[in-house]
Amino acid sequence: MEKEKEGEERIGVFVCRCGVNIGGVVDCDEVARYAATLPGVVCVSVNKFTCSDSGQADIQEHIHKYNLNRVVVAACTPKTHEPTFRVCCEEAGVNQYLLEFVNIRDQCSWMHIWNHEGATKKAKDLVRMGVYRAKLLEPLEESEVAVDRNALVIGAGVAGMQAAMDLGDMGFHVYLVEKEPSIGGRMARFDKVFPTNDCSICILGPKMVEVARNENIEIMSYAEVVEVEGFVGNFEITIEHKPRYVDIDKCTGCAQCAGKCPVEVPYDFNEGFGIRGAAYVPFPQAVPLRAVIDLENCLRSEGKECKACIKACERGAIDFSQEKKYSKVKAGVIIVAPGFVTYDPEPRNDYGYGLYDNVITTMEFERLLNAAGPTEGHVIRASDCKEPMRLGFINCVGSRDIKTNVHCSGGVCCMFNMKNAILLKEKRPEISCYLFYMDIRAPFRGYEEFYNRAREIGIRFVRGRPSEVIEKANGNLVIRAEDTLKGVVRNIEVDLVVLGTGIVPHSDIEKISKMLKIPRAADGLFMEAHPKLGPVDTVLGGVFVAGGASGPKDIPFAVAQGSGAASRAARLLVTGKTKIEGITAASDESCIGCGLCVDACPYGALTLDEKENRVMVVGAICKGCGTCAATCPVGAMEQRHFKNVQVEAQVKNLFALA
Amino acid sequence: MGAEQFDQTYPKFEPRIVVFCCNWCSYAGADLAGVSRYQYPPGVRIVRVMCSGRVEPVFIFDAFKNGADGVIVAGCHPGECHYVSGNLNAERRVENTRKALEYLGLGAERLRLEWISASEGMKFAEVMREFTEEIKELGPSPVKSRVDVKNPKS
Repeated sequence: MEKEKEGEERIGVFVCRCGVNIGGVVDCDEVARYAATLPGVVCVSVNKFTCSDSGQADIQEHIHKYNLNRVVVAACTPKTHEPTFRVCCEEAGVNQYLLEFVNIRDQCSWMHIWNHEGATKKAKDLVRMGVYRAKLLEPLEESEVAVDRNALVIGAGVAGMQAAMDLGDMGFHVYLVEKEPSIGGRMARFDKVFPTNDCSICILGPKMVEVARNENIEIMSYAEVVEVEGFVGNFEITIEHKPRYVDIDKCTGCAQCAGKCPVEVPYDFNEGFGIRGAAYVPFPQAVPLRAVIDLENCLRSEGKECKACIKACERGAIDFSQEKKYSKVKAGVIIVAPGFVTYDPEPRNDYGYGLYDNVITTMEFERLLNAAGPTEGHVIRASDCKEPMRLGFINCVGSRDIKTNVHCSGGVCCMFNMKNAILLKEKRPEISCYLFYMDIRAPFRGYEEFYNRAREIGIRFVRGRPSEVIEKANGNLVIRAEDTLKGVVRNIEVDLVVLGTGIVPHSDIEKISKMLKIPRAADGLFMEAHPKLGPVDTVLGGVFVAGGASGPKDIPFAVAQGSGAASRAARLLVTGKTKIEGITAASDESCIGCGLCVDACPYGALTLDEKENRVMVVGAICKGCGTCAATCPVGAMEQRHFKNVQVEAQVKNLFALA
Repeated sequence: MGAEQFDQTYPKFEPRIVVFCCNWCSYAGADLAGVSRYQYPPGVRIVRVMCSGRVEPVFIFDAFKNGADGVIVAGCHPGECHYVSGNLNAERRVENTRKALEYLGLGAERLRLEWISASEGMKFAEVMREFTEEIKELGPSPVKSRVDVKNPKS
């Protein structure tokens, strides 16, 4: 039942105090009194919280009592609350597009906290703009589209794996795309994980196998998503499969080829420590456990006819004729979990990293500690291969620093560096460890206890950011720092320095953000739809984020987000349908068929009908940006809900001429 | 900036600024400025459109006709447009409109294009303060005085 009557607009204006958020600055009663004088307004109401149950009931009562056919809500921001009031209007029989939302909080009362008079005046102007626009609003219908029941997960770290497993277990087909030759992500490289210090690969390995066994998950390793087209429910994804030069069906992962490969390449999985061949198996627990040949470092790329790996492979799996392949898949939802990288101190030579042999990062130290690492778990230093007896751990390198990255790594780095110090100290209690910190952030369950344990077993915490590290002739290092608790400058000589590097976005985040149009926050990581209430949603329908790519996270947090994103995505997959906004373009008969808009449309949603000499809009493809409407020289193309007359109604009422 | 200092900085002539914000980046940036309480003068009015590419020159002229002293078209940073390339259309259109404004004698400097992302609340407030200052230097829009003459109340 739509209460739409030709030529008669009955507008209700609802002003929200939002507690004191608006009411404390803007004189809401004055705004309401003013609104009542505007043409078409038949009732006004002021509520303490319009979005509350009683506030919404008040709107619906007014709609029925005054037979309203337009609703103007002057409250917070439509970005968060428009959906709430749209539902409220629909329930009371007013088409949701006949709601006009006026922002008098985020863009008025909060902006002008000390200028009550100015803010009230502005609020009145904003309400007037809203009322005049509301008069011209037209009812629209949302269209319903079917949702493809496949899911795409980008990144197979612990968050992506969790998301894929959850969706797979629910019975949905999942394409799990991983850039590296093996799934597992960062967690596969860790030795132990805080605060329980359980062996990382021992708990991750079975999970990786489970992912591979899940019949609904299609792992696409050594592959990258290069193009995404379509919209919620109907994404078309192009995936680039890098050639492994190994027949994945024949290879058994025996690593004979790796043993015979004459080339020596720094072993990336070990953070560049140790070596691997150009033919190699990523790591012993890799999934899929298959060899890969890195052609860039292979002798064949230099034109040499090396056949070492071909001869070594009993199953004849080596295949140098492989080429880059592309495949296309369809998916209804996309979960983005490309993870993070740690800050690289090399370009700036922070604390002599890259200049001094005995300054390493905590990720490198992690591999030294690892029994499967380059030194089989023995910590040695590079300059003389001796075991260091005094270590200095420096926190916040490349985080909380205006010179590099002001953002905090959310406690992950504190815990990470502290854990490595504890692991070493537990192995060799006679080693002395100094940990330089600014503040220790140990926020979750068991973390504070972990910090206490670190102090109990004798790790010496020095509060202060070191100013510099000086190398001595024998390779030892002197850390110079102000101990801010004692108020003295200390010069502490150590044998090895470990830098606790911060969490920063990696290049893939920028690429994915541009491809999918996911906004990024100030720290360069993905921005969620709402920092509190939509932590795994993005502003894009059908696209979700999980893990370290949307802010620094520890493992339980990343796993929880993986599950969270999977369940958010499953809502669409289960119902198999979703609604699409009614804000689309529409052309009328005054179209002259010039085709300017066809070229301007970024989606190819417009086609020129040669016979009729008129442009037609394909509704399902149109995303409703309105660029075509702005391009049209004769005003034949309109953007629904943002028609020229509707926007102009606002513009004409911008300022009270008084 | 404290209340007193704020009042001192923005006395008397209060420029009227209209900002056409795209829904995805700049409008969200304006909201973030609010949530973070980064203050700017209340002469600023925001008109929301889905994309900066929707802003037609006629909207800008209308804004000046209806009392604006300065207009900003704000969109997503290049390469980050929610609608692929709408912001680049906006860029071209604003450039042309600036020429027209210069020709009409209003001055190109009264119209600005800004890229403000959803995370740049601070930038939004800074741009508003800075532009308000700039317009204050230029003085009231010459169009506005004509409108005001027509309206005996002002």
